[in-house]
Amino acid sequence: MNIGVLALQGDVREHLLSLENCGIKGRPVKTPADLYGLTGLIIPGGESTTVGKLLERSGLLVPLRRQAEAGMAIFGTCTGLILLAKNIEGYEEQPRLGLMDITVRRNAFGRQVESFETELPIPALGDPPLRAVFIRAPEVVRVGPGVEILASWGDRIVLVRQGRYLAAAFHPELTPDLRLHRYFLQECCGLAVGRTRPSSLSR
Amino acid sequence: MVEKGTITVKAGLAEMLKGGVIMDVTTPEQAKIAEDAGAVAVMALERVPADIRAAGGVARMADPEIILQIMEAVSIPVMAKVRIGHFVEAQILEALGVDYIDESEVLTPADDKYHINKHLFTVPFVCGARNLGEALRRIGEGAAMIRTKGEAGTGDVVEAVRHVRTMMEEIRLVQNAPQEELMTLAKEMGAPYELLLEVKRLGRLPVVNFAAGGIATPADAALMMQLGCDGIFVGSGIFKSDNPAARARAIVEATTHYNDPGLLAKISRGLGEPMRGTFVGSLSERERLAGRGW
Repeated sequence: MNIGVLALQGDVREHLLSLENCGIKGRPVKTPADLYGLTGLIIPGGESTTVGKLLERSGLLVPLRRQAEAGMAIFGTCTGLILLAKNIEGYEEQPRLGLMDITVRRNAFGRQVESFETELPIPALGDPPLRAVFIRAPEVVRVGPGVEILASWGDRIVLVRQGRYLAAAFHPELTPDLRLHRYFLQECCGLAVGRTRPSSLSR
Repeated sequence: MVEKGTITVKAGLAEMLKGGVIMDVTTPEQAKIAEDAGAVAVMALERVPADIRAAGGVARMADPEIILQIMEAVSIPVMAKVRIGHFVEAQILEALGVDYIDESEVLTPADDKYHINKHLFTVPFVCGARNLGEALRRIGEGAAMIRTKGEAGTGDVVEAVRHVRTMMEEIRLVQNAPQEELMTLAKEMGAPYELLLEVKRLGRLPVVNFAAGGIATPADAALMMQLGCDGIFVGSGIFKSDNPAARARAIVEATTHYNDPGLLAKISRGLGEPMRGTFVGSLSERERLAGRGW
């Protein structure tokens, strides 16, 4: 089971730790060669303009997109959500993967002083709600027909899935709750990582 | 319930900046160049440190007008500096909505004894440190991010290296020390005991640690990353060089691919003259900024 974490910039270590706590040794991905044999890839939180540019300059953008279209699963958090979106409101020229039929709005909740954490109910994960950390977070403002909305905060869409692709506006890697990482590994990558009883999944 | 300004949210933004480069800028045009080069954030200033050195006099928080123009110009986070201990400058920056405040030795200290109580703010703070004790005192006061000080505005990396090496050495010391020695270590380092326990448990600082003060080339940036820093601040090194756009981009790429000498060789080619720089050894005690901070 080969799971990678895109390691161009951002909170790579936190995702590798979450994977480790799920019993999986993740692999940092910096070059096209690192993509070889990956079943799934996590795109961490970071600065989306930076990661987009580095994807292009590292020659990763095209091979990564090709591998995703050939069956690799992807989980994007925050910056990852932005890079997965087909459209980025107001920043159409920003380099991205564009694999999900969604439109995102960057910094939708405001600047850093508006960043927050909250309890987010996610029906697909059951009880209790997930502790969700939103940092200069984006939101999804449009979803295409093949996209499932897994969670909203108020009227704002913050967790979506389109087949093998999963994307969150918040940072599950900053909290010890592993349910969303396990959900990705099981539902999107098709891996068996133990039972999904929510009550037994905190670290 | 919604909670803002928690330590998770404050330190979390610093986590998102890891592996990135934060660049000093003085105009909206420079901010755009930095963003286009791939900076993860910009530091809005009236003068870069090399010019602060040259100008002398008292260095203060930048004019809010300049900071607002820079916030308008880019979509990446914007940081700004306040004088050590000047909590009203910090209140003003928080009211402006900057994303991070640097309580910085590069400006003239406003308080010769006390730093700002950073717990009182919703906006997160980054502070400079030369060693583990200083870093943990700042974290104890509420800093959510640390940068090693180096010697700002010189383009000489030696002090940045010294401060990172000292920090790493002291972290190893704490990790290897038996429990009963930690209280005495805390006393000697001037570090809060509880935070020392946290360092022992984690094997690193409890918050993100960037390198700063003297980084001028892609090789300098990669050196600091290989020494174990989480990211890079570049002050005068970019806009005091021949070709700021190319150099900024090269430093961004070197910070990502810091462990790949083949790529670093390619990245470092043909960037023009770096900033001229000042040998730190030629500075008098009075001219050194790193000693500011208590």
